[in-house]
Amino acid sequence: MTVPFYVAPEQVMKDRADYARKGISRGRSLIGSIYKDGILLTAENPSRSLHKVSEIYDRIAFAGVGKYNEFDQLRVAGIRHADTKGFTYSRDDVDARSLANVYAQYLGQVFTHEMKPMEVEILVAELGIDEFPSQLFHILYDGTVMDESRFSVLGGDSESISERFGADYQPDWSLEVALGAAVRALGGPERDLGPRDLEVAILSKNNGRRAFDRLGYPALESLL
Amino acid sequence: MALPVFETREDPGPNFVNLLVRSGASPFEPLCASGSELSSKGMTFPHGTTIAALRYADGIVMAGDRRATEGNFIAHRRIEKVFAADRYSVVGIAGAAGPAVEMVRLFQTQLEHYEKVEGVNLSLEGKANQLSQMIRANLSMAMQGLVIVPLFAGWDLQRKTGRIFTYDVTGGRYEEVAYHAIGSGGKDARTTIKLGIKEEMSRTDAVSLAISALYEAADEDSATGGPDLIRGIYPIVATVDRTGFSKLTDTEVAAASQAVITLKRSAGEAQ
Repeated sequence: MTVPFYVAPEQVMKDRADYARKGISRGRSLIGSIYKDGILLTAENPSRSLHKVSEIYDRIAFAGVGKYNEFDQLRVAGIRHADTKGFTYSRDDVDARSLANVYAQYLGQVFTHEMKPMEVEILVAELGIDEFPSQLFHILYDGTVMDESRFSVLGGDSESISERFGADYQPDWSLEVALGAAVRALGGPERDLGPRDLEVAILSKNNGRRAFDRLGYPALESLL
Repeated sequence: MALPVFETREDPGPNFVNLLVRSGASPFEPLCASGSELSSKGMTFPHGTTIAALRYADGIVMAGDRRATEGNFIAHRRIEKVFAADRYSVVGIAGAAGPAVEMVRLFQTQLEHYEKVEGVNLSLEGKANQLSQMIRANLSMAMQGLVIVPLFAGWDLQRKTGRIFTYDVTGGRYEEVAYHAIGSGGKDARTTIKLGIKEEMSRTDAVSLAISALYEAADEDSATGGPDLIRGIYPIVATVDRTGFSKLTDTEVAAASQAVITLKRSAGEAQ
């Protein structure tokens, strides 16, 4: 009879976390930030069709970094969750907090029970209404949830980007200023990012029921 | 509610109805096993009545009266039967009001669900076919008397034109050339449009013709509600053109209805 090697649970978890972090750090980063009229999501993404930022529901958006097929699966699952809930109850009953919780449960479950953890970090952003402020839920590969009321940076280089962006951050920024700061923070001192390197979307209070709007190349060029 | 994640083989794709079926909440279960007509058991329920749609130079207009009837009673005076299906299409319903409004909600969710999952809009023909499948799935309920017949119209972004689709109870889908009307007052509404329609009409003329069609339908059909001047209840009128869906305000419809009434009044008792 063969005796399996004993591996300490701490070691198993550490190995899994290292594996997930390594996968995530290979990709490019994104910033979700609250500005005057809503939430701005700025991602470094040269692809026009493989999106990192998408619409989930009327006032909720999704952003992901890491392995594309994995965060895209989470994006679709989020749309399914929100649409089913909105159809069963009402559109007002769909909220980001409960969506962030089911994401966290799923990611936590995969992290401990599956062969490999998901190599993703995701952001669930909800535009505020009346007295409720806008919220950002940042969820890690192991199901850790962090809620932010200012901005959130996802991806490999998040610490230095966060430092750069946090130094200038103002909650009542206009879209133009907020976008400029996000692009500078993503690029860092050495790189200069242009409209073709970016994927940008907003959740804006001025957009009616469906607050989500993608800013295409012409709009970005005039804003930058 | 857990996160709806599926095995690759079981994945419902961008179809919201399939998602509900996979999640064990199919919206098309028969109401009762016996399968006999509800009316034969003495059950009554509200019915929606007349919807008219026609094409004009820049798009399509759809109008619906505000009445729902239950047998010979007026069940509701302010029911809305014309809805935005999405940004570029409109759907009006006649038949059993309860399941019809529910079907519209399902249809709206389905169109938006597809758009979000796939990242692109369904084509107008794709939307029309989706509605057709929903009506067919409802057949067992229709056999029990819960018949739903919608009228669907919208702006075709690929062909750059407005299009109108009608349906039968089995889900059969038919495209109309220029106009159609459904419901108990549909025949009178169709005749009115037939006599008044012209090529390349303006939006204002098309709205006015649609309101006249509903007026004439209400004049002949007791189940269709005419403009209610005392309560200020007017038809729901919406247009779809290249800029998308827009619903006329109550004030606009009231003014257009008043114009129709003034014209009728001038004909006096001869009509």
